[in-house]
Amino acid sequence: MTLIKTSYNRRSFLKATAATGGGLVLGFNWMAGCTAPGDTPSLPSEWFNINAFLKIGDNGMVTIMSPNPEIGQNVKTSMPMIVAEELDVAWKNVIVEQAPLNTESFTRQVAGGSQSLRSSWNGLRMAGATARKMLVNAAAEQWGVSPDDCKVDKGIITNSQGQSLTYGEVASAAAGMEVPEEVELKDPSEFKLIGTDVKNVDLEGIITGKPLFGLDLKKEGMQYAVVARPPSFGLKLKSFNDAQTRAVNGVNDVIEFGNKIAVLADNTWAAMKGQKALQIEWEVEGKLENTREHDEALLKLLNTPAEEPRRKDGDVKAAFAAADQIIERIYEAPFLPHSCLEPMNFYANVTDEKVELIGPIQTPEWTRNRVAELLTREVSEISLDMTRMGGGFGRRLYGDYVLEAAEISSLAGKPVQVIFTREDDMGAGTYRPASKYKFKAAIKDGKMTAYHLVGAGVNMGNSTRENNFPAGTLDNYLVESHNLESNITTGAWRAPVTNFLAFAEQAFIDEVAHAIGIDPVQFRLDLFERARTNPVGELGYDPDKSIGVIKLAAEKSGWGQPKDGVYQGFSTYYSHNTYVAEVADMAMENGVPVVKKVTCALDCGIVVNRDAAINMVEGGVVDGIGHAMFGDFTFENGQAQQRNFDSYHLIRMREAPAVEAHFVESYNDPTGLGEPTLPPAGGAIANAKFAATGERWYSQPFMKQQKILG
Amino acid sequence: MANYSLKINGKNYQVDADSDTPILWVLRDHVGLLGTKYGCGIAQCGACTIHVNGTAVRSCIIPVSNIGSQSITTIEGLSKKGDHPLQKAWREYDVPQCGYCQSGQIMSAASFLEHNPDPTDDEIETAMHGNICRCGTYNRIKAAIKMAAGS
Repeated sequence: MTLIKTSYNRRSFLKATAATGGGLVLGFNWMAGCTAPGDTPSLPSEWFNINAFLKIGDNGMVTIMSPNPEIGQNVKTSMPMIVAEELDVAWKNVIVEQAPLNTESFTRQVAGGSQSLRSSWNGLRMAGATARKMLVNAAAEQWGVSPDDCKVDKGIITNSQGQSLTYGEVASAAAGMEVPEEVELKDPSEFKLIGTDVKNVDLEGIITGKPLFGLDLKKEGMQYAVVARPPSFGLKLKSFNDAQTRAVNGVNDVIEFGNKIAVLADNTWAAMKGQKALQIEWEVEGKLENTREHDEALLKLLNTPAEEPRRKDGDVKAAFAAADQIIERIYEAPFLPHSCLEPMNFYANVTDEKVELIGPIQTPEWTRNRVAELLTREVSEISLDMTRMGGGFGRRLYGDYVLEAAEISSLAGKPVQVIFTREDDMGAGTYRPASKYKFKAAIKDGKMTAYHLVGAGVNMGNSTRENNFPAGTLDNYLVESHNLESNITTGAWRAPVTNFLAFAEQAFIDEVAHAIGIDPVQFRLDLFERARTNPVGELGYDPDKSIGVIKLAAEKSGWGQPKDGVYQGFSTYYSHNTYVAEVADMAMENGVPVVKKVTCALDCGIVVNRDAAINMVEGGVVDGIGHAMFGDFTFENGQAQQRNFDSYHLIRMREAPAVEAHFVESYNDPTGLGEPTLPPAGGAIANAKFAATGERWYSQPFMKQQKILG
Repeated sequence: MANYSLKINGKNYQVDADSDTPILWVLRDHVGLLGTKYGCGIAQCGACTIHVNGTAVRSCIIPVSNIGSQSITTIEGLSKKGDHPLQKAWREYDVPQCGYCQSGQIMSAASFLEHNPDPTDDEIETAMHGNICRCGTYNRIKAAIKMAAGS
């Protein structure tokens, strides 16, 4: 049992006096706790707000607010589960609602960096525990006994005299109790809900087609806005003719703003047609960049010494001079669009009284502040409600489309929903940067004696993770990074930097192991063992945990004893506080390498929602493989050459391998799963490909190289 | 602009829309059925899948003027109580991550199973090839389809 002071974000635990406690309801009654049709819980006649996170009905139903934006990582289920665990209520009595942006009550309402569970773990537990204590105190007071004499099980309070009260019966009194200064949190060994399989709270709505997503929002008087943006990076709006646009039935407004033109219409199709009908003249303002130039520039940077290294241990130069063998390899990655299946969209209604913002956004607080700045309005005048998102992947960190909606609504004097077509979405992205890496290793007397990495990326800043493996595992270690500036907009894409670096590093490590003649898993274990017992300098990772997942993955995948016709590849990576190791099983089918299965071992501390966690593991692996194999995105004269899913290949069912997840059993605080299983995936399949064919992949997408090789 | 009589989920609707309006947008903007989704507009992602006379089609490329008297089924009309075998299987496997593609997946699968009630894995993968899941829930979708087929 952990005793914890509630001074942490105490505002959240104060009685919610005003507050419906309700978040956004898209014309649909949330009955999240029920899992089968007809299993509708009866609503209470009265709700009592206990704190910002939860209210209790007089019949014992509990509404728990889910604070963070939901992008498919299922925090909308797992965060309320944590509250419910400490509150000690039956999950079937829980209704979950999406909390609006509320910086008074909630901290870090962000979907990014795989940090939701990690950063909110204590706060969520406290929310449940303080409420539980208040309910118990209310019951104890009613009985005239000490609270210590009371026990709780699934929303029923009992005392040693055999009396019992339900949460519903004391909710009203509890709402008036003092918020305790200290609460006891459960010992993880006592968890009854955390660690079980709990169905997605939006499952019913999703499978019956309820309007849950930003694009599903409909508001009275709303105009649909489709925007014409520069078709190439480096262009400026010169002039346009909107005669044909205005002739489209349903188009009401054409508004120029900044470098763009918004077409406002009564329905989506009219707005889309109107956008296409604009006759626009663009002029060149900046550079019109292309992939060939990026490639040349990046390659040149790989051979350029950096002014300051990211990290330097020992003397790689001397080690290379003394080496028996040197291996040097270059790895190359393209830009990637995020390709959220729900394209960018947002609703804004800017009036004199207030600004109403509703839609899919991973960074509601930051975005609202930017809207306030854009419109020169007070933040307090702006409300932001988060809808469920059809994927985020980092694209929706950037509220550029929210600013567009706000600006257009302000100029039009009408409520507006900005909608991106798929072509708009793919063409105006915040792309995963194109990057290249040059690895060089020295081998002497059967050991890796030097490791030199140079990274270069477009707008990437630091393209490396210099304190991550293999830092600390060898004496001579040098990491350098170069930045190539570009007017192409780039940004965070699921597991930034590591989504490609991990493949390059793990493929290279494999090649070094092969050159030395040692099993690739043993090679890594030996390196991590050095870091564990006698590290060189600072370690940005815990070698024990790395060793743990490596051994678990090797064990569960049958490493070293693959079935007939199965070739295995190994990869391990630590990112976003979670340790992952993956083994890909590959078979040759008609001369083509096919990934049959990926075995994934991970250490993410306490697993909150077990089956949902497995779903996330599967998703990260499939995503990593899909983009490594197929994702190609190029620029010509500043224009993206791929604009829809006919020319841009996303992985499909036939191409996705089976995935098996194995968790290191742990009582450590939970760490995230949104990103960590993606980085190792590319390396696992690339290394399996080598085992199967003796050939290596060095650039992504792998299938492009595959075609070239015939 | 013209007036269309449409049979959707067993009900009749009168809609005023331009003849080239894809039935996807008629459903979403004119009729108010939002379960059918927009993902690409060129029949490459499957998020817009509906049934026309019981067969799965991509509603983003079918103009409303092509529908005529054919009956349309959307995800909202697949079952009255959310108890289609696929919906039951979807619950069993807790399939969705973000959920955006899922109604299209279910509608594609429902039509497929009507025509092929006992499919092999390979046949499932072929039938479902047109449905993208960006979040990668493919293995669960396949398992749910197999479960529904078996029931």
